[in-house]
Parts: sequence; structure tokens; C-alpha cells
Amino acid sequence: MSLLPFCEWLASTPWSIALHESLYMYPLLESSHVLTLVLFAGTAMMFDLRLVGWAMRRVPASDVLARLLPWTQAGFVVMVATGMLLFYAIPVRSYQNIFFRAKIVLLLLAGLNVWIFHRGIYRRVHQWGADHMLPRAARLAGILSLLLWAGVIVSGRLIAYNWYDCDIQPQPAFINWAAECPAKTAP
Amino acid sequence: MNLLPLFQWCEASLVGETIRASLWLFPAVECVHLLGLVLLGGSVLIVDMRLLGLGLCGQGVRELAREAERFMVAGIVLMLASGIPLFLSEAVKCYYSQAFWVKIFTLVPAIVFALTVRRRVVMAGEGRIGASRQGLVALTSLGLWFTVAAAGRWIGFS
Repeated sequence: MSLLPFCEWLASTPWSIALHESLYMYPLLESSHVLTLVLFAGTAMMFDLRLVGWAMRRVPASDVLARLLPWTQAGFVVMVATGMLLFYAIPVRSYQNIFFRAKIVLLLLAGLNVWIFHRGIYRRVHQWGADHMLPRAARLAGILSLLLWAGVIVSGRLIAYNWYDCDIQPQPAFINWAAECPAKTAP
Repeated sequence: MNLLPLFQWCEASLVGETIRASLWLFPAVECVHLLGLVLLGGSVLIVDMRLLGLGLCGQGVRELAREAERFMVAGIVLMLASGIPLFLSEAVKCYYSQAFWVKIFTLVPAIVFALTVRRRVVMAGEGRIGASRQGLVALTSLGLWFTVAAAGRWIGFS
């Protein structure tokens, strides 16, 4: 199933065009998206560092999470909202951008990691002593989180580059397949 | 004093030339710069939030600041190590960019403030510094770093 027709429809809506052509709105949205990254990923990273045992070892992990999570969540909400608006401003090009696609996949994996962590090992949080090394599964979740979010950030940054855009041909077959570029009509 | 020749010399430097000659080097360094932002921003933010009575309030300010300090220093080093090459690759563009000058003129105070006034306040013993002064230091720190980051992002738009 292709979402391309939907993205084309999105791109034709007046608000999308207005956002795309705005002089200040788009850069302001992008700046908000990047600066909120510090709130979201910065606080998430500090918790991950606690999980792995690289920071705040004497503080119970549950305490770090309880106090930081509301801020991480608030950052996430703003990131998703601004991110969706950024997508809405340039739907077709983003949809066919392999870095955007990589970002979505990494985002889902990072979300899966959070879900598995909270449904699994974190249920035994009350057994973890304040200054003990955390169980292997918790440390692994921390490492995975650091790596996956770094991957999300890097692929997000690279969306801006048009190396693999569909309108720049020829591209390797893999790129055209992964970006779902429409088959070229004979000239 | 005309700084343009200096900026032209920076742009013609080996590092500048190398980055400009490569398709992927600038984006790669940019990604490091962005990850450094998270490291620096995260470690600054949790301490400033604590000074304002938000976030990790279960810990003493000094204890938390000690934990955060190495990440903050690592963050600053990573930002400079990636930011300087980015600057060298487009120094003349930066010379004509207002956002660049805003960034530089807040970056220097931000670093100095972090390593002097803020450091003394967060490392002071429990109860030595009043809450209002702690709050003022936190807001100054957040304001300076926010301006550096926002102006830095804006260099790319100009």
C-alpha cells in the first residue's frame, strides 16, 4: 500500500502550501524541533546513562525516571507536533526521502525498546538497590536507547540532503525501491 | 578593524578546503555537532532545572552538578571540535551572517559563565546560596545557551 496519493493530497492543501512558502514559519518550526531535542533527548539520555551505570549511580533509577520522565514526555509531545507540521509542509519529498524512512523505522524501534523496557525488566525496579549495578537487561535497554535515539537524530538531520531524492536520477535500483520513486516514463 | 581577510584565510585553510571538497563530510560533522548539542544541552539542563526546583530534586545541587560536569565538559569539547571545522568550511558566509555573530557573542559569555559564576554557585555547599540567586543563575545559563543554540540553527537559514 502506498501513501503517496495521500501525501500528494496533503501537499495540495492550502495550509501545506502556506507553510512551505512561509518565510519565517518553517524555520521557526524547525528551530523549535531542534531545540526541543535538548529537552527530550537530553533528559532521556541522562536516564539512559543512569541505566547503563555511567551517571548518578547512587541515585535509584526509579527516582531518576520519576523526576525526569514528565520532561522527556513533554519534549516528545512538542517534537512530534513540530515534526508532523514539518512533514505537512513538505509531504511528498519527505515521504520519498530514504533518511525520513530510516528515521521512522528507527523511531519505531526506539519506541519498541521503551515499551519492552517498561513492560519487562522495569517491573522489578523496586528490587534494584540504589547503588547496585542494574541487571543486564536494564543496561542493554539503556545502550539500545542511546544508540537508537542517536540514529533517529542523525537520520533526521540528513533528511535535509537531497543526494537520494527521486528527482535526481540515475540512482541505484535499491534507492529507487527504498524511496518508492515512481518508475520513470520513457522520454 | 576589518576581519574579513582573517575569515577568508580560515575558509582557505586545509580543513575548510577538505570539508568543502567532500559531499558527505559537512553533513557528517553536522551530525556530530547535533549529538554534541544533546550531550551538552542535557547535562546543562538537568542542573539548571534543579536550581529552579524542577526535575531531579531528590539530589543535592552539588552532587548532581558533579555528576553532570564531565558530560558538560565533554559536550563543550565535542561542540567545539565539530563546530570549528564547520565554521572553517564556510567562514566567509559566517562573516556576513548576523546569526553567526549573535552566536559567537553569546557563546563566549555562556562558556565563561558556566565555568565561573555558575560553577561556583552549583558547587557551593547546601544552603549557602539562596533560592532566588540559584534561580537567577539558572535562568541566565538557560538564556545564554538557548540563544547560542537558536542563533546556531539560524546560521543555516541565512
